[in-house]
Amino acid sequence: MNDMTKIEGAIEMNDMKISAKGVQVYYGDTHAIKDVSVEIEDKTVTAFIGPSGCGKSTFLRCLNRMNDTIDICRVEGDILLDGEDIYDKRVDPVQLRAKVGMVFQKPNPFPKSIYDNIAYGPRIHGLAKNKADLDDIVEKSLRRGAIWDEVKDRLHAPGTGLSGGQQQRLCIARAVATEPEVLLMDEPCSALDPIATAQVEELIDELRQSYSVVIVTHSMQQAARVSQKTAFFHLGNLVEYDDTTKIFTNPEDPRTESYITGRIG
Amino acid sequence: MSAFWLLIILLAFAAVGFVLGRGRALASVNGERRRLHSLPNYYGSNVAMLAFVPAVLVLAVWVVVQPFVINSSVSNHIPAELYQTGGELNLIMSDVRRVADGLDLAVKGGMLTTDEASNIDNDATDLRALLGEVGIALGSEIHPSVLSAAQVMRTQIATGNLYRSIVLLVIAAAGFFVAIRMTSGEFRARNMVERGIRGLLIAAASIAILTTIGIVLSLIFNTLEFFRLYPAKDFFTLLEWAPSFSGRGGASSLGLLPLLWGTLYISVVALLVAVPIGLFSAIYLAEYAGPKTRSIAKPMLEVLAGIPTIVYGLFALLTIGPMLLSVFGDNGFGWMQGQRSVMTAGLVMGIMLIPFVSSLSDDIINAVPQAMRDGSYGLGATQSETVRQVVLPAALPGIVGAVLLATSRALGETMIVVMGAGAAARLDLNPFEAMTTVTAKIVSQLTGDSDFASPEALVAFALGMTLFILTLGLNVLALYIVRKYREQYE
Amino acid sequence: MTDAAFPDGAEGAAPRTTSSLLTQDTRTKKRNAAEARFRAYGIAAIAVGLVFLAVLVSSIIFKGVGAFQQTFITLNVELLEEKLDKSGTRDIEAIKKVTTFGYNPLIDAALAQAIADTGIENPFSKGKDLRKMISSGAAADLRDHVIENPDEIGKTVSFRLLASSRVDGYLKGRVTRESLARDKNLTPEHLDIVDALAGAGVVTKAFNTDFITGADASESRPEQAGIGVSMLGSFYMMLVVLACALPIGVAASIYLEEFAPQNWFTDLIEVNISNLAAVPSIVFGILGLAVFIQFAHLPQSAPLVGGLVLTLMTLPTIIISTRASLKSVPPSIREAALGIGASKMQTVFHHVLPLAMPGILTGTIIGLAQALGETAPLLLIGMVGYIASNYPDGVIEGFMSPNSAMPAQIYEWAKRADPAYYERAWGGIIILLVFLMTMNIIAIILRRRFERRW
Repeated sequence: MNDMTKIEGAIEMNDMKISAKGVQVYYGDTHAIKDVSVEIEDKTVTAFIGPSGCGKSTFLRCLNRMNDTIDICRVEGDILLDGEDIYDKRVDPVQLRAKVGMVFQKPNPFPKSIYDNIAYGPRIHGLAKNKADLDDIVEKSLRRGAIWDEVKDRLHAPGTGLSGGQQQRLCIARAVATEPEVLLMDEPCSALDPIATAQVEELIDELRQSYSVVIVTHSMQQAARVSQKTAFFHLGNLVEYDDTTKIFTNPEDPRTESYITGRIG
Repeated sequence: MSAFWLLIILLAFAAVGFVLGRGRALASVNGERRRLHSLPNYYGSNVAMLAFVPAVLVLAVWVVVQPFVINSSVSNHIPAELYQTGGELNLIMSDVRRVADGLDLAVKGGMLTTDEASNIDNDATDLRALLGEVGIALGSEIHPSVLSAAQVMRTQIATGNLYRSIVLLVIAAAGFFVAIRMTSGEFRARNMVERGIRGLLIAAASIAILTTIGIVLSLIFNTLEFFRLYPAKDFFTLLEWAPSFSGRGGASSLGLLPLLWGTLYISVVALLVAVPIGLFSAIYLAEYAGPKTRSIAKPMLEVLAGIPTIVYGLFALLTIGPMLLSVFGDNGFGWMQGQRSVMTAGLVMGIMLIPFVSSLSDDIINAVPQAMRDGSYGLGATQSETVRQVVLPAALPGIVGAVLLATSRALGETMIVVMGAGAAARLDLNPFEAMTTVTAKIVSQLTGDSDFASPEALVAFALGMTLFILTLGLNVLALYIVRKYREQYE
Repeated sequence: MTDAAFPDGAEGAAPRTTSSLLTQDTRTKKRNAAEARFRAYGIAAIAVGLVFLAVLVSSIIFKGVGAFQQTFITLNVELLEEKLDKSGTRDIEAIKKVTTFGYNPLIDAALAQAIADTGIENPFSKGKDLRKMISSGAAADLRDHVIENPDEIGKTVSFRLLASSRVDGYLKGRVTRESLARDKNLTPEHLDIVDALAGAGVVTKAFNTDFITGADASESRPEQAGIGVSMLGSFYMMLVVLACALPIGVAASIYLEEFAPQNWFTDLIEVNISNLAAVPSIVFGILGLAVFIQFAHLPQSAPLVGGLVLTLMTLPTIIISTRASLKSVPPSIREAALGIGASKMQTVFHHVLPLAMPGILTGTIIGLAQALGETAPLLLIGMVGYIASNYPDGVIEGFMSPNSAMPAQIYEWAKRADPAYYERAWGGIIILLVFLMTMNIIAIILRRRFERRW
């Protein structure tokens, strides 16, 4: 019996993809992220939830060093991707971001054709040897973004001409085109209508089979639908991190419970 | 009565009207200010306005129209055998005017009585010397018809002025009384006055239209006059610019093309300097530079924009010219003959245009939304890749517009080319040769000694028309491109 | 276990070579190199721009500073009574009858004396050869002084006279002994004398206030040329621009911002304003020539005409900046005023306009600064070839009598053949730029002081 439990547990557990220890983030003098430690698993959807301004987006942006673009932001602590510290001096953020992709809140396709939007990442990272290769990558990415059927006849139309939901799926396809290992999504559905949201959520579920997905969301229902692990942030602290079902049915910390029942946030 | 004094009288009318109107308004409500619709001053202003404004408008029109009417009427008094062309008639008429002015001055100065002036006989008195004493210089003896025409003119002017004074005073008085009668407690004086002020504001705004109309008319009339004297086909197709100094057309070749070539060549050189430097500076300042660098470098580049073009012209003539000559002239490569050349002017013009291109591009690049850059960084692109492949294509319509505007500025530039590019009109490919431009020739033809009605002088207007149309076309094109292609990215 | 985690759609994930983040692969190195190059281009571009600026400024300063110094010769001139006032009665009319020719021998004598005092030989037999060292206007200065102070006749008075421009050039390094070979004005013997006199302190360089306040001089006397009269001409022109462009510009802006309805007429006005802002300045010159001089017969080259042309040029600038200032006043202020029952006109004039005033003034000062430096339109209305030789008397004369303006004067000097005039042109530029800098600094200070954060 013990063996069986162990095997079951082994099947459930995935490798640790990102391991964050004692992360502090300062915006100038403001201490935005206070001593956060979390282990993100591979092939899993991890949700970051919490009230507005609690630091979830900030922490997310640390994972692919997007905070580097903000001058007054200072990050301390360790964040390891596959055992390597991403803030190591030898690490070029450009290479990091090929491995850790990001999808933003408001869909931001480039003012280029759909084809060029997807092809941009592979081109700059030199992932395709020739045009046929590139065509292949574009098609695969668009399929993975669950948008291929809708745009396969108009690959050279501008990306900005699509509807909101299509644009976001385009951005997701663009993000996977660089063959990342981790996919970060910052409130990907907040600018979309319910039908588009449903499409994207379905897509996220498919994506977790190949990538580690971290999604920041405002909607607890979405977190419950989509993720396997959930982290609850509050005022810059990571309050609780556990399986999604446990967080939503039997949270340990009273703050978590207050948030879930709607008393705060 | 002169127009000046008329104006003073009208102003006095207005002032009196103000006081009376105000008083009457207050009187009509027995001094209780609260029962008046508007503040008392508005009632006063109303009367002043109605007394002054219609009269002044009529005065303005009269002052412009009267000389024309008198001119054409007096022209009929000149016997036809004295002149053959319109130009000669104009000369005679101007003599007539000067004699008339001179006689008036003599009367004012006490040298003649009014009677003597009206009945002056050219044989008895030396009129020319007399006029010389009051400051009117005449080139030759006065023809009797000219003298009689001058007398006719004097009478007509006097009559005209008399009628003017009467009409104006009547209008002013009428306005005055109408306004006074309107004044009572319920009368909405403020609305009336505000309508008047609104009219003034509209008039001020219309000055922009008037200016454009003025430019277009002054260019068109003189250009048409020019084409009457010189074949338009030659102007547009001749490859040579060689005005003869004898005036009256004849041996001049006045071809636009060599000048246009000089203008375009110099502008191209200037853009080759300004666009790369300006664009890259803008990219660096917008994307890479920290706030401290930006706060120092940007104002310094802006200083280049504030320097007057005469300074650049001198710089080209006295600094850059000799510098280039020492390198490319006979002691160096031997390509350059003199200090003035396309290169000299083009280089300096490029320096002048750098801040133009740079600050326009800076605005445009900053307008590209940050979300687009974030998307690119998120994919792992370097900053230069993002700028080259995402930001610049998005900003392209705006940048093209900026370059077109810079071109338009380069085409219209005068001082730098006058001083730095020389006066020789040439169709040459060597950028170290001196080549003059449309603008330089406009200046030289209009400030030279040519007689004003000759084609050599009038050609400047045709050149001006060409320039105006070119620059306007470029500006419209720039606006169109920006407006049309900008939709694509939001 | 791990196989089960790979359903069909996931091909792209596994066959990737997992490279370490800690080592930069070659492609990234190349991209970073391209990045560094791109950055370098940007810095190079800015550097080139700044180098141009530096060359320009140093050119102006080094070449123009010389104009503020002028060479003077201090001579003790004996004002002989028998030459200047033969009758001895100090009758002004009689004294005035003595022309400058009469004064020349006095100068010659004084000069010869000064040379003798320093102990070198005077190789010149004729006085007028020696006199080439002194400005040809010196005699006139002397005469003016004597006419003002006739009681000094008979005494020996020390005068500081202007040296000729060649001597001045020699002392400033512009004229060398070699270049004199072709010059008929001076010979190397003159230069020896000059050296000796300079050594004795008779020939000195001093600050030349006449450059700033004086009038222009003829082609042959660059040492006497000054920019003062042109400054006054520019000043009158700026007054005209201020008096015309500011009210008209503000009135037009108020109409367009506050009152204009959205119709074709308003569109027409706005299109015209933006077109006029882009029309080359020379076209405005043509307009001024055709309308103000040919049609309205205003005097050529008068500051009034120049001011009117510059008004039309500056109007679009002022309108654009005034509109921006008016727009920046928040609507809440307008609503508050309307709420109390003020009319639209009263709202604008009592509330919006005063609050927008700092911005309007800043824009106007900047517009004036631009107008001050304009040259091309002034050339067309007749300010070329004009020698601004007298101060206008009286204000009306100041507006109506022909004059020059600073930029036109500089252009005029640059056209003259004598290189001494080039130095004056640079000096004039320094003065012009000082004015412009002052105006811009005032504008910036005003903007900082009165800037409101709504």
